[in-house]
Amino acid sequence: MTTQAKAVALISGGLDSMLAAKLMLDQGIHVEGINFYTGFCVEGHTHAIRRKDRDKPKRNNALWVAEKLGIKLHIIDVIEEYKDIVINPRHGYGANLNPCLDCKGFMVGKAREWMEENHFDFIVTGEVIGQRPMSQRRSTMPVVARESGAHDRLLRPLCAQLLPPTYPEEQGWVDRNKLLDLSGRNRKPQMALARQYGLDDYAQPAGGCCFLTNEHYSAKLRDLWRSRGEKRYELDDIMLLKIGRHLRPRPHFKVIIGREEGENRYLEGYRRQYTHLKPLSHSGPLALIDGVPDEDDLLLAARLVARYSQGRDAEQVRVEITNQSGQSRALEVKPFPDRDIPQAWYV
Amino acid sequence: MERFVLDARRLLCPLPVIRTQNRIRTLEAGDILEVVCTDPGASHDIPAWCRIHGHEIVETVVEEEIRIVIRVGG
Ligand code: SF4
Repeated sequence: MTTQAKAVALISGGLDSMLAAKLMLDQGIHVEGINFYTGFCVEGHTHAIRRKDRDKPKRNNALWVAEKLGIKLHIIDVIEEYKDIVINPRHGYGANLNPCLDCKGFMVGKAREWMEENHFDFIVTGEVIGQRPMSQRRSTMPVVARESGAHDRLLRPLCAQLLPPTYPEEQGWVDRNKLLDLSGRNRKPQMALARQYGLDDYAQPAGGCCFLTNEHYSAKLRDLWRSRGEKRYELDDIMLLKIGRHLRPRPHFKVIIGREEGENRYLEGYRRQYTHLKPLSHSGPLALIDGVPDEDDLLLAARLVARYSQGRDAEQVRVEITNQSGQSRALEVKPFPDRDIPQAWYV
Repeated sequence: MERFVLDARRLLCPLPVIRTQNRIRTLEAGDILEVVCTDPGASHDIPAWCRIHGHEIVETVVEEEIRIVIRVGG
């Protein structure tokens, strides 16, 4: 009697990885999903912080995919280990601070460890040759297989016919003829397949699977590293880069100003860790200060916060400043005139 | 059959789900785990994760904090 082969499938929440897992299920393979949380992931909730994005589904897309496919999903916290990938990528960055090739090798490597610990037989990804300029080229496919240590236990069902046969194919667990030969950036075949399977409500992230592909986000991360004089970050740092208006008037501090109610509420969660400001005489945003401001800096920050309050045209705005120990005091300040805010302050 | 509490307050999604998953791995079938969290997304994600893995949601209370009571499946 043969036992059912087991595959662990990387599930991002997007279309390709969903289809790859589905193709395996269709071949009678036992599939479980694995998803990695790096801290940079683009997922429904972070987007839903902002009011205007409230109507978008607040679901975790990877969980949604797993439930649709009827497979288990294991979500792995890789926040700490992933720092080294972002800070020192061996293969460098893509168009922004996205270390896609190192990232792929890392994730497939983690999936390989999981496979070994849980006695699974092979790994499945939704990679397609030529789909992404950095990490999904014909020449990078063997790099990921090698550096992850997965070698021929890594199967990419969507383009497997264009690649050498893998172990699961050689063992006869998977029928190569039923695998696909997709390549290039055209996504029509995937969309047609999704329709055919009745899986059309999938998420369509615009840029990529994480914030590191975003130009503005990468600029903020670069600014953070520059101001610290080293490439280093904590989870709170990179979460805060996702929201608010970031202004750096001086090299040693920046002000993070909520742009609307949802962001203000989100920033409130950080009040205990950061010196923060809030207008008292007018309604206005909550702002956090990152860095070590002196008295003049606090005054400047208060004037910026006043500028973004309802009192922007008033003579004076009363702004409350609370330090990390929870001590508050109020300053009467003149809102910073818009035209005097140098463009270079906006990170 | 024992009852446990997991404090996942102030954690943002998907961390509450990850903590729930890791905690349940150490529990026995029939145990009760009460997760207390503050990210509204968790009230969707933790039940979704439980459905996939065959754990039962006994109760979800959404007030200032969110309390999700789970009975660990077999
Ligand atoms: S977009 Fe982000 S998560 Fe996706 S491969 Fe690149 S670095 Fe990794």
